[in-house]
Amino acid sequence: MRKFPEYFTFWHIAGHYSLRFSAYLVLVFLMLPILVIVPLSFNAEPFFTFTEGMLSLDPDAFSLRWYQAIAQDQKWTLAIWNSFVVGIAAAILATGLGTLAAVGLASPWMPFKRLITALLLSPMIVPLIIIAAGMFFFYTSFNLVSTYPGLIIAHAALGVPFVIITVTATLTGFDRSLFSAGLSLGASPTKVFFDVVIPIIRPGVISGGLFAFVTSFDEVVLVLFLAGPEQRTIPRQMFSGLREQINPTILAVATLLVLLSIALLATLELLRRRSERLRGTSD
Amino acid sequence: MVNIVAKNMDAHKQQAGKSQPFLVFDNVKKTYDQKNLVVKGFDMQVEEGEFITLLGPSGSGKTTVLMMLAGFESVTSGDIAIKGQSINRIAPYRRNIGMVFQNYALFPHMTVAENLAYPLSVRKVAKAEIDSRVVASLKLVELDGFGGRYPGQLSGGQRQRVALARSMIFEPTLILMDEPLGALDKKLREQMQYEISRLHEQLGVTVIYVTHDQSEALSMSNRIAVFNDGVVQQCAPPAELYERPSNAFVAEFIGENNFIDGHVQSISGDQAKVVTPGGETVVAMAGQGLTENSGCRVSVRPEKLFIHPTSHDHDNEVTAAFITRIYVGDFIRYYFRLANGSEIIVKVLNDLSAPEFSEGQDGSLMWLTSDCIAFPV
Ligand SMILES: Nc1ncnc2c1ncn2[C@@H]1O[C@H](COP(=O)(O)OP(=O)(O)O)[C@@H](O)[C@H]1O
Ligand SMILES: [Mg+2]
Repeated sequence: MRKFPEYFTFWHIAGHYSLRFSAYLVLVFLMLPILVIVPLSFNAEPFFTFTEGMLSLDPDAFSLRWYQAIAQDQKWTLAIWNSFVVGIAAAILATGLGTLAAVGLASPWMPFKRLITALLLSPMIVPLIIIAAGMFFFYTSFNLVSTYPGLIIAHAALGVPFVIITVTATLTGFDRSLFSAGLSLGASPTKVFFDVVIPIIRPGVISGGLFAFVTSFDEVVLVLFLAGPEQRTIPRQMFSGLREQINPTILAVATLLVLLSIALLATLELLRRRSERLRGTSD
Repeated sequence: MVNIVAKNMDAHKQQAGKSQPFLVFDNVKKTYDQKNLVVKGFDMQVEEGEFITLLGPSGSGKTTVLMMLAGFESVTSGDIAIKGQSINRIAPYRRNIGMVFQNYALFPHMTVAENLAYPLSVRKVAKAEIDSRVVASLKLVELDGFGGRYPGQLSGGQRQRVALARSMIFEPTLILMDEPLGALDKKLREQMQYEISRLHEQLGVTVIYVTHDQSEALSMSNRIAVFNDGVVQQCAPPAELYERPSNAFVAEFIGENNFIDGHVQSISGDQAKVVTPGGETVVAMAGQGLTENSGCRVSVRPEKLFIHPTSHDHDNEVTAAFITRIYVGDFIRYYFRLANGSEIIVKVLNDLSAPEFSEGQDGSLMWLTSDCIAFPV
């Protein structure tokens, strides 16, 4: 336990502990709904509550049947497949476009910088339902509704702002004289871009790409509007699963998603450390 | 093409008899905002193998000149030519000019060896030759065995050596350095000045060096171009710059100088008779553009002034009131005040003859005509 300064009165100490207590309370409030899902997904019974057997830690009360159910249900396997295909394709598209946009916006000669930035970031601010409705009417005239390309483009548009933000953040630490140095050594601007700029901003590019992937992965509003039955993604399937087939399969899927989120968060943190290390060496 | 040839022939005619200079700036002007000229008619000729320093206060346009030469800034008007070839229309990465940046600009994600190899691999040099040249280059800057380190694992001085080596490894004919030692501490700076001079002599490469540190410029250069306000005030070898500054700015900027306001009474030959505010008459070398019956400033360096009584020769003498003296080790600096209130500094060797004064006491300051110059105001 930490030692308090000697001038602390009773009220100082009471304040310290009540602040701590409320901080923990908020944490529990945020985490409990997520954590409670995990044991429930191993429930041997088709219920959403803890059975007596589970509470007494009886091994027979736990099972992997809901995980098997995912693998056997064609709707779920299609949804998982769709989520990854759409998510990865949208992330790649968003990463490419977002990186180019960020590099262009970082140039001192870029005109209308603020206006263009605001436009590109607008998908983060404009309510999703408006974007979805707009896209729906726009896409019908191009026959893109209920197609993979349509959904991928829509999700890429949502992911671009994240890529722009993360890449811009790494670019602010980018020393422009490195670019000049590359030119002075005889490399063409394109070569310098790929040999020098990209490797240095890579952590930002990758984390932007991961954000774009996650954005697509848990997006449901655009999917409701733009996807047909063939393009159902995991969140969309969970949404109907909640109403049609009430059983813990959905909890098993949710647990898998939590695991995926943890993996992604860990990756982001590693990237952040790496970029800090690189930044530290550049000056 | 025809144009370039015609220009070359023109240049050739002007230079009849003399060999063509390596690098020529011909009335180069630069504006960033289309209103103010940052560089106003820059003219300079550089011979192959010379070490030229651009010296001037911050904001005088030195970096701009270097950037135009390297191709990172466009030339507003005028021409820059290397070996008679205008380079205005050559892309920066085709100019084959080496550059050392103030902040080193080493690629942080590449090892030292990879940094050095980069300009060679860009030029498609064979792998085996790249390896041997990298090793030789590391040896040249005394960093053998550091090839595998990342720039972040080197000290400031070591990074600067790598930056130097990288700018030279592809054998450019011209190397530009923009305040390359600005970020180093004094001791390291002196050591690197020596290193750069050594490499310049050893490789015979032409160097254009930019600094605002005059001692650096004086100790390293063949010639120094003193820059102010976008114009070259004087371009001359260090000793000439120090001994015979061509105007008051150079006299004030290079080394320390005292200025005594006065009025030109008469000019005969290269000497001018000047009346000081205290009514004394002194004789000074006449600076360029000095006219009779007009105001002037007589410059005289603190180490050329002597305090009465002195055994040194002298032609001029003024009276000034003692203010204070400051002990600086091997020298003592005396501060005097002239009749018009301006201060005068005298540098006296710290020996037994260093005189004692009380505050406000008058002293006589003496110097030679050949040690002072009268510049027009
Ligand atoms: N990219 C630029 N855009 C606008 N003005 C500039 C730019 N670079 C330099 N300047 C201006 O040009 C002048 C000369 O700058 P610079 O060449 O950097 O001087 P120095 O290197 O001698 O300190 C300064 O007044 C500076 O503000
Ligand atoms: Mg500068």
